[in-house]
Amino acid sequence: MKYPKDGRFGEFGGKYIPETLVPAIEELEENYLKFKDNKDFKRELDYYLKQYAGRPTPLYYAKNLSEKCGGAKIYLKREDLLHGGAHKINNTLGQALLAKKMNKKRIIAETGAGQHGVATAMACAVLGMKSEVYMGYKDTIRQKLNVYRMNMLGAKVHPVKSGSQTLKDAINEAIRDWITNVESTYYLLGSAVGPHPYPVMVRDFQSVIGEEIKVQMKKISKTPDIVIACVGGGSNAIGTFYPLVDTNAEIIGVEAAGKGLKSKYHSATLSAGSKGVLHGMMTYLLQDDEGQITETHSISAGLDYPGVGPEHSYLKDTKRVKYHSATDAEVIDAFLMLTRTEGIIPALESAHAIAEAMKVAKKSKKSESIVVTLSGRGDKDVEEVQRYLSKHGKN
Amino acid sequence: MARIKEKFAELSAKKEKALIAYIMVGYPNENATISAVRGLIKGGADIIELGFPFSDPLADGPIIQNASTVSLDNGTKISRFFNIVKKIRKETDIPLILMTYTNILYHKGYSKFIAEAKNAGIDGFILPDMSIEESKEYLASAKNMADTIFLISPNTTKSRIERITKSSSGFLYLVAVYGTTGVKMGIQNYTLNAIKEVKKITKGKIPVGIGFGVSTPEDVKKYIKAGADAVIVGSAFLKLIEKTPQNKLESSIAAFTKSLKRQTVQT
Repeated sequence: MKYPKDGRFGEFGGKYIPETLVPAIEELEENYLKFKDNKDFKRELDYYLKQYAGRPTPLYYAKNLSEKCGGAKIYLKREDLLHGGAHKINNTLGQALLAKKMNKKRIIAETGAGQHGVATAMACAVLGMKSEVYMGYKDTIRQKLNVYRMNMLGAKVHPVKSGSQTLKDAINEAIRDWITNVESTYYLLGSAVGPHPYPVMVRDFQSVIGEEIKVQMKKISKTPDIVIACVGGGSNAIGTFYPLVDTNAEIIGVEAAGKGLKSKYHSATLSAGSKGVLHGMMTYLLQDDEGQITETHSISAGLDYPGVGPEHSYLKDTKRVKYHSATDAEVIDAFLMLTRTEGIIPALESAHAIAEAMKVAKKSKKSESIVVTLSGRGDKDVEEVQRYLSKHGKN
Repeated sequence: MARIKEKFAELSAKKEKALIAYIMVGYPNENATISAVRGLIKGGADIIELGFPFSDPLADGPIIQNASTVSLDNGTKISRFFNIVKKIRKETDIPLILMTYTNILYHKGYSKFIAEAKNAGIDGFILPDMSIEESKEYLASAKNMADTIFLISPNTTKSRIERITKSSSGFLYLVAVYGTTGVKMGIQNYTLNAIKEVKKITKGKIPVGIGFGVSTPEDVKKYIKAGADAVIVGSAFLKLIEKTPQNKLESSIAAFTKSLKRQTVQT
C-alpha cells in the first residue's frame, strides 16, 4: 500500500488519538507529504545516510553459517554496521531532518533496547537539536550501556516506572509528554507503529534496507528466494519487506516466542494476538479476554512489545508474509552460532531472524538464497547473554 | 440517555451549572466506590463519571494511572463493573457516564458493550482516545442507546469543533490544558478564551463542560464565570479517596462536593 490516505492498511492502522494531538498529527502529515519527495530534502537525507551513517550496508554471504546449516545460501544485510550499530539511524535521521524543517526545537522519543534512543541522540547531536528519551525502568537496567551512551550523546533519559516498565510504557509516557508540550515538541517514534502517518513514514525511511537488497541481489543473481527479518514493532522488517512484496520472494517475519507461545512469557503479537486498539492504531495485540493489554516477555528488550505495526497485521491477514517465532533458547543458540562461525555478534533481536534462517536453510536447496536482515549488532547484549548462559548452566 | 439532557435542562431552569464528578470504580475497592458515590450525591454532584480501568491510560496523569493499576490489581472486570453500576442505579437516578479507553469497547464489540452498559444504567460514554475519524462504528452502535461525549482541546480548529459537535450528545468535553488529567497548571488565559470560542461555535446547541486539572472551588468559580456549562473534577476526588478511611469516606466526599457545587450556583 503506497500511501494510505486514510491511514489504513486494510482495516488496520488509523489514528485513535486524544484530540490535543490532532493538530500535531495533521501538521506532521502535511509536512511529511511536503518533504518526502522534495529533491533537496532527499539529497540532504541521502548525504547523511551515506557520509554519516555509512550506507549502503554490505550484503554479506555468510559462507560458514550456510555450510554449517547445509542448505540454501544465507546472505546477511549488515544493518549492524551502521553508525550506532542498528538500522534505527535510517529513521532517526529522516525524522530529525523533518523536525528541523518543521522548526521543532525539542525532540522526544521512546526506546526499548535503547537502540532507537541512541540513534535519536546521535541524529539530534549532529543536527543540533535537544532530545529526551523515555525508557522503561526495567530496560534501563538490562540495557545500561545504552543509557550511558545516550547520556554522553547529550540526551536526557527518563526512566519510566509505570506499568510493565518496558517499551509499551515508554511509548505511553512519550505520548503524555507530547500531549503536554504539543506545540514545541516533535515526537520521534522509533518503530512502524502509532497513529497515522507514523507507520507509513517509518516504513518509508526504513525502506532503504529492502531497496538496497534488491540492487545487491541483482548483482549476485536475481531477487532473493526467501527474506527474513525480526519483528517487534516491526520497523526493520517492514523496511526490508516493503520493497520486496511485489517480487516472488517468500517473506518471513520472526517474532519473540520468549519461553514459548504456550507460556505467558512471549511477545509474539501476530502469532498469538488478537485485534485491538493501542498507541493510536488498530492492530494485532497481546491482550486478555477483557481487552487489557498483557505483559510481554522477550530476552531482547527491543522485541518486548504487545503490539505490532499495522502494516504487518495487514500483510499477515492478506497472507503475503508469514509470521513465525523463535524462543529465547533458540535465539541464544543462533546468537552463539553466528558469533562463532562468522565472527559477527548479532543483537538479540536480530538473532531471532538468524534462528529462523537456520531452520529454513536446512530445508532449502543449495541453489536457493536467503536474505536475513541483521538489524543490529550485539555488543549491548553480551551481558544479558552471559547472564542467560550462567543461569542455564551453559557456562 | 435522556438523563443527561434532562439534567442540564433542569439545572438551566434553576440557573445552575453542572458539577460533574469522576471516580475510578474499584479504587481502592468496591466498598469505597459505593461510599464515594453516596457522598457525591449527598454533596450535590449533578452527573457522575465512572472510570473503568485500562492497562494503558495514555491520556491520564499519575493519579488516575495509579488508580487504574490498583483497580485492575483488585480484579475489576467488566461484569463486576456493571454489577456496581446496577447497585448504584437502584439508589439513584443521577446521570452516569462511563469513561474508559477505546480498546475496552472494541474488544467486546461496540454494540454488545454499549447494550450491556445501558442495561446496567449507563447513560453515556467518554473515550479519550476515540477520534472523530475512527468513530463510525462506535457512533452507529451508540445511536439511540447512549450519549457520545467527545473531547475537544484548546487547539481544536473551528471546523473540527463543528464536526465534533455534530457527533456529540450529552455535552462537549473541553480539555482545559495541554496535558494529561490531574496535573495542576493553574488557570490559563488560553483556556478561558477557548471556553468563549467554543460557546460561540456551539451556539447553545450542546452544553460545554470543562475538565483536566480542575480541582478546587476557586477553579470551578473561574471556569463557570468564563462561561462553562459544567465543570468536571476527577483526580482531586481520587486524592481525597486515597487519604480518607472508609468510615469517613462518604461524609468527606460529601463535604468536598458541596464546596465545589456551591460555586456552580449563580447568586
